[in-house]
Amino acid sequence: MTSDAMPSDQNGVWTLRLYVAGENQKSRAAVANLERLCRTHIGEGRYEIEIIDLMKNPQLAKADQILAIPTLVRKIPEPMKRVIGDLSDAERAILALDIQELERGPAL
Amino acid sequence: MQGPEQSSGVDRAALPVLEKAPSGIPGFDEITHGGFPFGRTSLICGAAGAGKTLFGLQFLVRGITDYDEPGVFIAFEETEEDLAQNVASLGFDLKGLVDSGKLALDHIRVERSEIEESGEYNLEGLFLRIGLAIQTVGAKRVVIDTLETLFGGLNDYGILRSELRRLFRWLKDQGVSAIITAERGEGTLTRHGLEEYVSDCVILLDHRVSEQISTRRLRVVKYRGSVHGTNEYPFLIDEDGITVMPITSAGLEHGVSAERISSGVPRLDAMLGGEGYYRGSTILVSGTAGAGKSSLSAHFADAACARGERCVYFAFEESPEQIKRNMRSIGIDLASHEAAGRLKFMASRPTAHGLETHLAIMHKVIREFQPHVVVVDPIGNLISAGNQEEAHLMVVRLIDFLKTQGITAMMTSLTGGGMAQEATEIAISSIVDTWLLVKSIEASGERNRGMYVLKSRGMNHSNQVREFVITSEGVDLVDVYIGPEGVLTGSARAQQEHKERAAKVQREQEIERKQRELERKRRQMEHEIEALRAAFEAEEAEIQRVIEQEQEAEEQLLQNRGVMARRRGVDQ
Repeated sequence: MTSDAMPSDQNGVWTLRLYVAGENQKSRAAVANLERLCRTHIGEGRYEIEIIDLMKNPQLAKADQILAIPTLVRKIPEPMKRVIGDLSDAERAILALDIQELERGPAL
Repeated sequence: MQGPEQSSGVDRAALPVLEKAPSGIPGFDEITHGGFPFGRTSLICGAAGAGKTLFGLQFLVRGITDYDEPGVFIAFEETEEDLAQNVASLGFDLKGLVDSGKLALDHIRVERSEIEESGEYNLEGLFLRIGLAIQTVGAKRVVIDTLETLFGGLNDYGILRSELRRLFRWLKDQGVSAIITAERGEGTLTRHGLEEYVSDCVILLDHRVSEQISTRRLRVVKYRGSVHGTNEYPFLIDEDGITVMPITSAGLEHGVSAERISSGVPRLDAMLGGEGYYRGSTILVSGTAGAGKSSLSAHFADAACARGERCVYFAFEESPEQIKRNMRSIGIDLASHEAAGRLKFMASRPTAHGLETHLAIMHKVIREFQPHVVVVDPIGNLISAGNQEEAHLMVVRLIDFLKTQGITAMMTSLTGGGMAQEATEIAISSIVDTWLLVKSIEASGERNRGMYVLKSRGMNHSNQVREFVITSEGVDLVDVYIGPEGVLTGSARAQQEHKERAAKVQREQEIERKQRELERKRRQMEHEIEALRAAFEAEEAEIQRVIEQEQEAEEQLLQNRGVMARRRGVDQ
């Protein structure tokens, strides 16, 4: 199942934004899960992660329509996608983010 | 088990009273004795289009404008722009309130197709957003519309339910008076059982359509720690937002007045103990079509306005223009009263709304215009907007309401041709104070009107049938002729009156003759008395004279006897 959402532009760099609330075990787990996922399935240097702590900046929740914590927003490639949860279920996260054949092709 | 001593020993005044947050929704605060529970969460449920969003918004807007309590509106269904547009027609300036920092609007979009789940999560984002909004405006009130949208956007109901439970606890901790709206479910109050979480106050809104006529109703399903009305109350949504009609049928505590007011027809006042109706009483005028019910109503309204009072005329049959024109033809100028602002016409087709909506509108108009008298012409037409039983109940409620307001009300009711004259369509005759019956009397090729007072509580009223005559100077009541052939009216009455006039002249002449005869006889008698007295006086004088002579003779005799004795030398 191929999708038109290919990281073809911006030199194929994914822009991901992770919303968390506070520096706690849950936030850290989500960040760790995301980094592992990116490293293994997108590849070093091909992604950028921005972590937003809503405890510190609650006003940022509105722009990306954040409801659940943690929420991962895939800004690039478009279209925008949202995955809620701590990403502990890697299979579903990969599906949800459309990390597909392109990434599986080379290396690893 | 508590003994009676124990329970009576409780000092009621010392018990904490549940604090209320007034909703600012007319009528609602009366039903709930003050509004929503302060600092707690209430649930409003109802089907789509029942008025939930508006209820919530009005609570917020009135909170800001009337009670200086800033508010937060969390919208799951509409965007801020849509909301502001939708309620602008109600005079709610959401944008202005937002700009002045009194209101925070936040649209939360939940789109299933955009959300994927992977692993554990919670709804902290929602909490933070609500928390931020509360902080920004210093909110005392929060409305979340419609929270259940979350069930459509999230898969993990286990997480969702525990988060909702946490949300309700959290709202309570924030000390805000909150309203959550929810869709009505099949056989349950809400589709996802939110009523389980909200235990303080649950309001059900209902929008029923029966026989193509819609009626909105409100019911307080539950209100912990507070007394509340348990009935279904009709409510309106109009250009002023929501108005609930809080009337109950248990209104027998209204004050009564001994003041009397004119019916507008002097002769009718005379029939009603000489003074007219009691102020604050309810008058029913029933009768067949064309019997003159509206004319009596117009007189009543005219008299009230002429006294400088205000009157609302609810017309369910004719248009105001038609009524004014028709009444002008009998010399009643309602238009000038209307122009002077003393008379207000409210005309609508009975089928335009449901019965309760009608009554809610009437309720509202009465509250706004504050009339002294009200005319409902005709009340019976309202039945076509509901069934008989409902109509009866609602009319009773209306009458109770009018009485508590001290408003004198005149209602007309059409009696069908085949019905008993004393039957009214809605069987309200038992609760009215004065009942006038106007009926057509058909005889000798004519149809005339007869009127009588069937009952009038608390006054000595006439039991006579009067002929009801409508002239270019208005309604007048004249005596009818009651003869061996029954009641005569119209030209038969006129003829009879003529006959009676002739007979009267004859009778008068006869009386005059008899009086002359009597006078003559008296004079004769006096003459005779005079003659007798003269004779008696003559006789009396004669007898007196004789008596005097006799006495003189006696004296003489005694004297003579003494002289003789002395002469004879009698010793004693």
